[in-house]
Amino acid sequence: MYKHILLAADGSENAARAAKEAIKIASCRKDSMIEVAYVVDFDQSKTDVLHSGSSEAINLERRKKIVKVEQLLKDSGVSYKVTFLHGTPGLEIVNYANEQQVELVVIGSRGLNGLQEMVLGSVSHKVMKRVNCPALIVK
Amino acid sequence: MQSLKQQWFGNIRGDILSGIVVALALIPEAIAFSIIAGVDPMVGLYASFTMAVIIAFAGGRPGMISAATGAMALVMVPLIKDYGLEYLFAATLLTGVIQILFGVLKVARLMKFIPNAVMIGFVNSLAILIFMAQVPHFIGISTMTYIFVGITLLLVYTLPRFIKVIPAPLIAIISLTIVAIFSGVNLRTIGDLGTITQSLPTFMIPDVPFSLETLKIIFPFSLSLAIVGLVESLLTSQIVDDMTGTESNKNQEARGQGIANIVTGFFGGMAGCAMIGQSVINVKSGGRGRLSTLIAGLFLMFLILVLGDLVVKIPMPVLVGIMIMVCIGTFDWASFKYLVKAPRTDAIVMLTTVVIVVWTHDLSKGVIAGVILSAVFFVVKISSVSITHEDNRYYVNGQLFFASTDSFIDFFKYNEINSKSILIDFSNSRIWDESGVGALLKVKELLKEKNIHIEVVELDSSSKKIISRLEGATSSH
Repeated sequence: MYKHILLAADGSENAARAAKEAIKIASCRKDSMIEVAYVVDFDQSKTDVLHSGSSEAINLERRKKIVKVEQLLKDSGVSYKVTFLHGTPGLEIVNYANEQQVELVVIGSRGLNGLQEMVLGSVSHKVMKRVNCPALIVK
Repeated sequence: MQSLKQQWFGNIRGDILSGIVVALALIPEAIAFSIIAGVDPMVGLYASFTMAVIIAFAGGRPGMISAATGAMALVMVPLIKDYGLEYLFAATLLTGVIQILFGVLKVARLMKFIPNAVMIGFVNSLAILIFMAQVPHFIGISTMTYIFVGITLLLVYTLPRFIKVIPAPLIAIISLTIVAIFSGVNLRTIGDLGTITQSLPTFMIPDVPFSLETLKIIFPFSLSLAIVGLVESLLTSQIVDDMTGTESNKNQEARGQGIANIVTGFFGGMAGCAMIGQSVINVKSGGRGRLSTLIAGLFLMFLILVLGDLVVKIPMPVLVGIMIMVCIGTFDWASFKYLVKAPRTDAIVMLTTVVIVVWTHDLSKGVIAGVILSAVFFVVKISSVSITHEDNRYYVNGQLFFASTDSFIDFFKYNEINSKSILIDFSNSRIWDESGVGALLKVKELLKEKNIHIEVVELDSSSKKIISRLEGATSSH
C-alpha cells in the first residue's frame, strides 16, 4: 500500500478520526510512515510570539494541539513524524504534499472553522481538488 | 542560517511581487506617521525609502520590512514641536549611533529579559496611541468625514475576501479618492497637511550647532528612539522567524537598524524601525528574502516620484480609516483572555506598561517601567522561604538569599520547637550569597541559646562551597 502518508491535523475531533483511518492504512505495510502536518496560520504567529517566552515554548504549545493525534499514533506503533508548516492551511498542505511527493493525503472532512466552510468552501475540498496524489477525506 | 546568495536571490519572483505590495501598503502609513510626528509627509516617505533600502543590505532578518513607524513617530513629537526638524535629523543620527553600540555590545540578548507581559503592553499601547492620534482627524469635522471613514473600513475588511492579489487599502484609496474628486465633496486631503516633493532625498548634514547644548537636547530622545526601535525590531524579527520557520541574526539586526537610521538622518528622514504589520504583509504576499525589502523601498520612491501629485489628493478620512485598520491589526486581541488567565502580577505589569505609555506617549518609558515592575514582582515571589517539618526534620522551601533571609530567621525565632535536636533539610533550597550563610549561622546561634542542637543536611554542592568559603573567611580573622 502507501509508504509515505500525509495526515493533515488541526486539533479537531475530525483530525483524530482521520488519524485512526490513516493508521489502519499504514498498518498494512511494515515500512509505511505517517507524517502529521499541522499548519500554523500566518496570523497566529504574532499572538503566539507575544504570549510565549521562547520559540521552544511556542513549539510545545503547538505540539499540545495535536496531542490526541500523536497519542493515537504512538499507541498504534506505526512510525510517524510531526511537521509544522506555516501559511494558509489548505494551500500549505497541497504545496507540501506535492513538493514531498507523498503517496496519500488523509484529512478530516471539516476542521475547527465551521463557519468558514459554509462561506468559502472547506480546506479538505481545496486539498482534494489540488493535490496530485490520492486523498482520503474522513467523515 | 541561509547563505547570503540564498538570502538575496532564493525567491526572486515572490520577493519582487511582495515588495511591490508592501510599497503600496507603506505609502499611507508613512504619510500618516509623518502627520503624527508633526512633519511633512516627505520626511516619513524618505525615511521609509532609506530605511528599507539600507536594511535590505545591513539587516539581520531577511524579509523583514523597516520604515517610518508609529512607535518612533510618537516619541519624537515633543522634539519636533520644541526644536524643529533639524534637531529631529540630528536625533535620528544619534539614534543610529546608539543602536550600533547596542548591537556591538550584543544587547539583543537582553531582549530575553523583557517579559511577555511588557511586550503585550507595548503593542497594545502602540495601537491605542495610533488610534488616539487619528481622533482629531475624524471626530467632529463633518458628517461626510464619518461616512468616508466608515466606507474605508468596510472596504478594507470585506474586499480581501474576494480580491486577494491587490491590497484592499490600495483599492480603497484609489476608488474613494476618485469618488471624492469627482463628487466634489468637501473633505480635508493630505495636501492640506503637508506637501509632497517629487524628488529624491539628498545628502545633508543636520543644520544644528554641534555643541554640548544640542547633545543635551537630543540625547534623551535618541535613547528612547533607540530602545523603542530595537524592541519593535527584535519583536518583529521573532514573528518573521516564526512565520518563515527560519532563524535570524538579532545582533546584526540591531547594528543594521543603527546604520539605517544614520543614513536616514543624513537624507532628511525621521528615525524608523521594523514594522510588525508590514513584515506580516510581506511574508503573506510571498516575500522571504532581502530582495523583497529592497524592492519595497525602491518601488515606494518610484511611486512618489511618479504619482506624488495624486497622493496629495487622498482624502484624510480614507487615510484615517486605513490607520484604524492598522490599530486593530496591531492590538493583541488575545490580551483580554490573558488578563483573566495570566497570573495577577503579569496582568498588572501589562496594564502598567499600557497606562505609562498612554500617559507619557513614550513607549520606552513603558517598557522600562514594565521590566522594573516585573523584576520587583519576581524578587518578591522568590524572596519568600517557607519551612515545613516532619517530626524533627525541617524542610526549607525556596531560595535563601539577601531578600529572603528574614522569613527564614523569623520561622525559627517565633515557632516553638519541641525536640532537642533537629535536622534542617536543604534539598528544596539553595544558599545564594553571604546573607544566606549569615542567616543560617544566626539560626544556629538562636537555637543554641534554646539548647537545641541542629544539623544541616542535603545541601547542594554550590551552597556548600559558598558556606565553606565564607566560614573560612570568618575563622581566619
